[in-house]
Amino acid sequence: MSTLPRLKPEDKCFPNLCGTADWGIKGYEQRGGYKGLKKLLQTPQTEHIEKLKQSGLRGRGGAGFPTGMKWSFMPQPKLDERGKPIPLAKPSYLVCNADEGEPGTCKDRDILRFDPHTLVEGMIVGCYTLNAKVGYIYVRGEYYDESSHLQQAINEAYKAGYLGKNILGTGVDCDIHVHLGAGAYICGEETALLESLEGKKGQPRLKPPFPAGFGLYGCPTTINNVETIAQVPPILKNPLEWFTRWGRPGNSGTKIFSISGSVHKPCNIEAPMSIPLRELIDEYCGGVIGGWENLQAIIPGGSSTPMLNAETASRVLMDFDALKAEGTGLGTAAVVVMNKQVDVLRVMTRIAAFYHHESCGQCTPCREGVGWVHRLMERLTHGEGTLAEIDQLYALTKKIEGRTICAFADGAMWPTQGTLKHFRHLIEERIKTKQPAA
Amino acid sequence: MPTIRQVKIEPNATEVGQTPHTLGLNLGWSKTEQEAVERTLAKYPATQQRSAVIPLLHLAQRKCGGWLPVDAMQLVADTLSLPYIRVYEVATFYTMFNLQPVGTHHVQVCTNCACLIRGSDAIVSAVKHTTGVAHNGETSADGQFTLTEVECLGACVAAPMMQISIGTGGTHYYTHLTPEKTTEILTHLANGGDPAKYADTAPTAESDPIHNGKYGA
Repeated sequence: MSTLPRLKPEDKCFPNLCGTADWGIKGYEQRGGYKGLKKLLQTPQTEHIEKLKQSGLRGRGGAGFPTGMKWSFMPQPKLDERGKPIPLAKPSYLVCNADEGEPGTCKDRDILRFDPHTLVEGMIVGCYTLNAKVGYIYVRGEYYDESSHLQQAINEAYKAGYLGKNILGTGVDCDIHVHLGAGAYICGEETALLESLEGKKGQPRLKPPFPAGFGLYGCPTTINNVETIAQVPPILKNPLEWFTRWGRPGNSGTKIFSISGSVHKPCNIEAPMSIPLRELIDEYCGGVIGGWENLQAIIPGGSSTPMLNAETASRVLMDFDALKAEGTGLGTAAVVVMNKQVDVLRVMTRIAAFYHHESCGQCTPCREGVGWVHRLMERLTHGEGTLAEIDQLYALTKKIEGRTICAFADGAMWPTQGTLKHFRHLIEERIKTKQPAA
Repeated sequence: MPTIRQVKIEPNATEVGQTPHTLGLNLGWSKTEQEAVERTLAKYPATQQRSAVIPLLHLAQRKCGGWLPVDAMQLVADTLSLPYIRVYEVATFYTMFNLQPVGTHHVQVCTNCACLIRGSDAIVSAVKHTTGVAHNGETSADGQFTLTEVECLGACVAAPMMQISIGTGGTHYYTHLTPEKTTEILTHLANGGDPAKYADTAPTAESDPIHNGKYGA
């Protein structure tokens, strides 16, 4: 059944993701961490960006935007006639998005508590590459113990001379600060995160201007997910082939998959991209409870991505392009498995309730619409609606999608559309059972 | 609605336009809190101190035993030279800030998709049964426990799970729950046991995310 080998520790970006070894600086250095950092800080920034582009690393926070390209949008200092860099007019910032809130997603939490130094080193290299003297890590407020680990990792890095002024004698300065959020899903949207970091309500900004031009405090800013930033140092330290040998073209590298729900052993696992979904579940998670035939549906990439039915799930590959072709997405690679014992309509109604709770209230279609969708789903799940309302619900989702400032409303509508696509018959059945006259 | 602490005030004192100051509420930071405030402010550029609103609200909430009365929000506003509304609007926007008093242990059970599939219904029932709380959002009669059903807390592979915030202390995750284990944890806490005992991740002693243990140059 297995087509891909299991990753060896030296193939992984996060060798301690399972948390069995020391997460402190000693353990990290034993695993090869911070080795070669000095050389990275002496290599021209443009070389780093070029290598990231060639590596094909795509953002791990959901959207899958090419990281090298994102980083190339940041201003680099021009050289004067003597070949010396002219300082930039405004400071640049690197902000790490650790506001992990997408239902099903829990990979960043394990990075923060079991391998926090991977993120710290990534921030150092990232800040250097983007000419930022200061980096912020925005951690969701609920991750109290986890941010405590991260803070300790930062303290250790300061003590060891990896952070602060003149890092390892290279003349590079870098400070990293942890900023705790306070419980708002929308702050995972990059511009909402910036608003929140500035001490405001987390309501997304209109784009353009994009953060690379006008971000934190109006300065050039890059925002990346924890996993993306932490993968940068190993990519830059190793030969290109080390990363690109995994996955299909355009989807290269390794990725952390979070598999939860109706499987025997739910887990976070780093595996090659483009791994078949069925192999991921059978090989790493002990299989679906009740066997693969007992599978009902799978959410492939966090609650925002439309679900797959069992037939598609048995043949789909887990990468950005393959899932897009199936009308869904890789998102954060949070796989939520539902077997036939799960009331799928109830789960999807709960997800609709989640979006209802988390809408920031800025745009009318979303603020009002997610409530309507939630209430309609609630009624239909209990067999209380009419058959006409199923079509009405679908039309409603289409009227909300794409009509708001940020992608929240789109992500809120897709799961409902996915439910109607695959489980319309269940809703109809419930209406007919409850109201035989209908 | 913001809540005013039980203080002796004139019956008609809560008119529109009244501030905590005119109500005679003048909260201040203690010496250790003041040091924490300064460490927090040092993280942000001198012209951008407003960034500290959320960290300081966390500190103020801890100071007040797990919730934010109006004078605590006023204190944050005064510390950052902001109008009260700029702090109030932030406090109302974020789920973790409680504008009403909560019990000593704020029990937050995740009932989102992964936890729901793995049986969070039974966990909610166990919490209700053990604490005597009848509905979501209520506090038990002895003031020990408040139950809140919350959105995904990001521990889906360890579902079902709950988070318990201790008003004047930290917040811990309790994962891989069963109804029996839930009851055991709650009984342990009600008897004054160490909250970290059953916690999924042990916090480090040296760095407190809210008080901001000193680091760096």
